Amino acid sequence: MDFKFTEENLQRIEAARKKYPTALAAVMDTVYIAQEQNGYISDEVMSEIADVLGIDKVNVLSVVTFYTMYHTKPMGKKHIQVCTNVSCMLRGGQELYEMVCERYGVSNMGVTEDGKVSVEEVECMGACGYAPMIAINEDFYENLTKEKVNEILDALQ
Amino acid sequence: MEKIVLPEIKDLHLIEVYENNGGYSAAKKAFARSTDDIIDEVKKSGLRGRGGAAFLAGLKWSFMPKTTNKPKYLCINGDESEPGSFKDRQIFEYNPHQLIEGILIASYAIGANTAYIYIRGEYHKWVKMMQKALDDAYAKGYVGDAMKATFGTDFSCNIYVHKGAGAYICGEESSLMNSIEGHRGYPRVKPPFPAQNGLWGCPTTINNVETITNVPWIINNGWQKFASIGAEKHPGTILYGISGHVNKPGVYELPSGMLLTELIYEVAGGVPGDKKIKCVIPGGSSMPPLRGDQLEGIRMDAESLKAAGSAIGTAGIMVMDEDTDLLKVLLRIAKFYHHESCGQCTPCREGTGWLEKILKRLASGKGTSSDLDLLITVANNIEGNTICALGDAAAWPVKFMVARFRDEFEKYVNKEIQLPVKNKVHAMRGTAVPLADIKH
Ligand SMILES: Cc1cc2nc3c(=O)[nH]c(=O)nc-3n(C[C@H](O)[C@H](O)[C@H](O)COP(=O)(O)O)c2cc1C
Ligand code: SF4
Ligand code: FES
Repeated sequence: MDFKFTEENLQRIEAARKKYPTALAAVMDTVYIAQEQNGYISDEVMSEIADVLGIDKVNVLSVVTFYTMYHTKPMGKKHIQVCTNVSCMLRGGQELYEMVCERYGVSNMGVTEDGKVSVEEVECMGACGYAPMIAINEDFYENLTKEKVNEILDALQ
Repeated sequence: MEKIVLPEIKDLHLIEVYENNGGYSAAKKAFARSTDDIIDEVKKSGLRGRGGAAFLAGLKWSFMPKTTNKPKYLCINGDESEPGSFKDRQIFEYNPHQLIEGILIASYAIGANTAYIYIRGEYHKWVKMMQKALDDAYAKGYVGDAMKATFGTDFSCNIYVHKGAGAYICGEESSLMNSIEGHRGYPRVKPPFPAQNGLWGCPTTINNVETITNVPWIINNGWQKFASIGAEKHPGTILYGISGHVNKPGVYELPSGMLLTELIYEVAGGVPGDKKIKCVIPGGSSMPPLRGDQLEGIRMDAESLKAAGSAIGTAGIMVMDEDTDLLKVLLRIAKFYHHESCGQCTPCREGTGWLEKILKRLASGKGTSSDLDLLITVANNIEGNTICALGDAAAWPVKFMVARFRDEFEKYVNKEIQLPVKNKVHAMRGTAVPLADIKH
């Protein structure tokens, strides 16, 4: 299965490319764009990124495997991230994490069978004063309780 | 009290509102003065870095070479991944234009024509907000080539947002530069320092978001006024981020040098249920924890905290009440550093794993008294022996938590020693269980 960037995304990559004096520096932006289009970064996607930027594939691989927000396998449509670091832990973050795992029957980085949901235990998200918190895809939900989390998850499509 | 970084002005994030409140006038004033003059002003103001090390901002700028044929760069550190820190995002959200204006002035002072704002990847929403503000500033001719005409100057500067992708280590300045260049976020060996050899081998200055946001105010109000606020050696306001067991957690902008107890009990509304405080980490999880019964008189500035045996860090204050299980807290901290170690240096890569393992053993009830000493030994062997300060950041909480709360940790120790044989290697390292304690 071949991966090709959409025309629009090629333009976004071109814009990212202009921010830097080297093509390599645009790799992080480009991986984000690829992940948005494809859901995750497969081997073909890495080849395409390397081609589009004119850099070595190993450079793409090295970045993709270093940063935790790039995924090399498909995640759920809704990727639920629960912070269990100290400030959240002090206000029940660990319990929230266990509850969310149990609800979907998965452990850390697990995906439900229907592919709808995945769960990740994350490090501090910079929301410590509004703890505990979860994030679903790109959105933060703060000042939570178990009840509030269940309401949010009930409403997930 | 006048707020510098987060003034209480409605909709200040909108460029029109910012303009109506004197926005971008500090840049205009600055461009009419010499670069040395600006560096001098910031130096005299006593502004110190808000990203962790509290280094004098003006002094850092003065390290940038004056004569070079290479381009120069400014990097703004908005990685904000230190547990307990959540202040820079307030600036992206509520006062992004003052950050942009600060970047223009700082870039002018050091002679940089390109600046990157590095924002942690998880801050999707704040990346968008910052980008929107930047787009508006470009559209109005405050940034980029058009600024020459707008401000009537020869100087121009482009500003770009670089989005991280989930790596605490990228907050370390040399790792941050590698990340911008498109590499893995590995810290670099210093020297050479960034002012000599930074982004793409060119002279580079790295400053925290909050540090730079102070700059337009200093230009508008003069260094004397800034220097007169708060603690003498660490002047200005600080964005205190208070979290954990307090009634009103949040970010509060107040003068530096506030009493820690005042911040916790008055500003943040005290501890729920009026419980006693067991432990406070005053500057983000990397900083040495303080005992709750020894908080009296400690002030939140670099000097006072140093004297009290900790450090200001990011001024992220984490409060733990008397019922907190400190072993759980420390284990969580150790797990964090183990997870975030980039793996380049052996003491950090292996040591952080050891710390986590030993703490896990204690948590499972199988730990011994000598494990507590072993924790401190391992921490000592990491500290100072690594490429970057993440090693120290991993060692400090363990070392100081165990030493300062030894009484607490002894409770988790299994007095029934399970090791029946005297271990020669342990004996040589001084970590052996005394024979008398061994019960057969
Ligand atoms: C492991 C590690 C993580 C760091 N994370 C951050 C960060 O998220 N934000 C930040 O401003 N500084 C961070 N720093 C400090 C930076 O290396 C650097 O000192 C700082 O950005 C300089 O800005 P300042 O002088 O304005 O404080 C970190 C340092 C280390 C060792
Ligand atoms: S101290 Fe740790 S994080 Fe820093 S360079 Fe060494 S291994 Fe990497
Ligand atoms: S500890 Fe959870 S957001 Fe900081």
